[in-house]
Amino acid sequence: MKCVTCRGPAVIDIRRHNANFCAEHFIEQCHRQVHKAIDEFSMMEPTDRILVAVSGGKDSLAVWDLLTAMGYIADGLYIGLGIGDYSDVSKEHARSFADARGLTLIEVDLPADYGFDIPAGSRAARRVPCSACGLSKRHLFDDAALKGGYDVLVTGHNLDDEAAVLFGNTLHWHTEYLGRQLPVLPARDGFPRKVKPLVRLTERETAAYCIIRGIDYLVDECPMAEGNRHLGYKAALNEIEKTSPGAKHSFYFGFLSRAADRFAEESAIDREELRACASCGAPTSAEVCAFCRLVDRAGGHLPITSGDTSVNVEIRPTRTGELR
Amino acid sequence: VKVLLRNPRRELEINGPITIINLLDRLDLNREAVLVIRSGELVPGDETLSDDDSVEIRPVISGGMA
Repeated sequence: MKCVTCRGPAVIDIRRHNANFCAEHFIEQCHRQVHKAIDEFSMMEPTDRILVAVSGGKDSLAVWDLLTAMGYIADGLYIGLGIGDYSDVSKEHARSFADARGLTLIEVDLPADYGFDIPAGSRAARRVPCSACGLSKRHLFDDAALKGGYDVLVTGHNLDDEAAVLFGNTLHWHTEYLGRQLPVLPARDGFPRKVKPLVRLTERETAAYCIIRGIDYLVDECPMAEGNRHLGYKAALNEIEKTSPGAKHSFYFGFLSRAADRFAEESAIDREELRACASCGAPTSAEVCAFCRLVDRAGGHLPITSGDTSVNVEIRPTRTGELR
Repeated sequence: VKVLLRNPRRELEINGPITIINLLDRLDLNREAVLVIRSGELVPGDETLSDDDSVEIRPVISGGMA
């Protein structure tokens, strides 16, 4: 295999682009794809204050690395979920990445700050773990971004993530979600601007990016995610991709260009029905938001050690990062 | 060829020489869902591994199996 750019030995083949790349030109390719996503969807400006949701996994560390390499000023936000050793190790990966680059990592800890972990929250709320986890992360990401005065919240969602969610929402015709499955969600009352700069890269590509860049990410799977539907959708799409390279890209980007608008009205009506949570003020369709209900049911399973249950972020000094 | 698989972590011995593409086919793994790594570096699909080689087959799907 030869690199499509320099004809030197290639290290990776990208079948949907019908191209092979050496390490140097693969990194360039990743930069091109992220630049293109940012430009195409007007995701952010160079002067924006950016908060990256960081899990310690390949996607969040890759997007943080890519954005800082491109000159963006971006802090990280890590949420401790209390999933045993998995959370302990993921935190170490996030901290090591930030420390090595002099970046600021903000930390929120679900057990210490809200008195429950994901396993307990899942049981108490009778939600599957991924549901309790996603709900908690979305709430805490939004909260930290707004209260920290950030212009934009970046997540590491990649092409596989977006195609799999689209596949699931289409399979079950969750039309109320289809209109907002976009690479950019604009800021509005109670929600920060959210962007997904990795939508033009697959998971295989973000993992390859990390390996080539020497980024030490958490490889082990979340013990609570095993067997979830989302993984099944990803596997199904990868089977299609195997015989039809580019199918995932075509599915998702075809939806964006030719179908997403058709569902926008329904999503907008859904949003109009939101009001402020009586407990925390976050947008919700109920009197009390789903996160506060989760805290109410599950909180107290563990002792709160921070002494503040509202918003408790720990801003850790790094070698060169200034506190904000 | 010594092969390390993840999630769950386990090791296999496969007779070489064998190309990466054939190795993945033999293990019934989708190339879209894994990367092959040797000594910290990516190994391209057309490379042939010998008996002395030691590689990791790393799943790339979040929470995925390999």
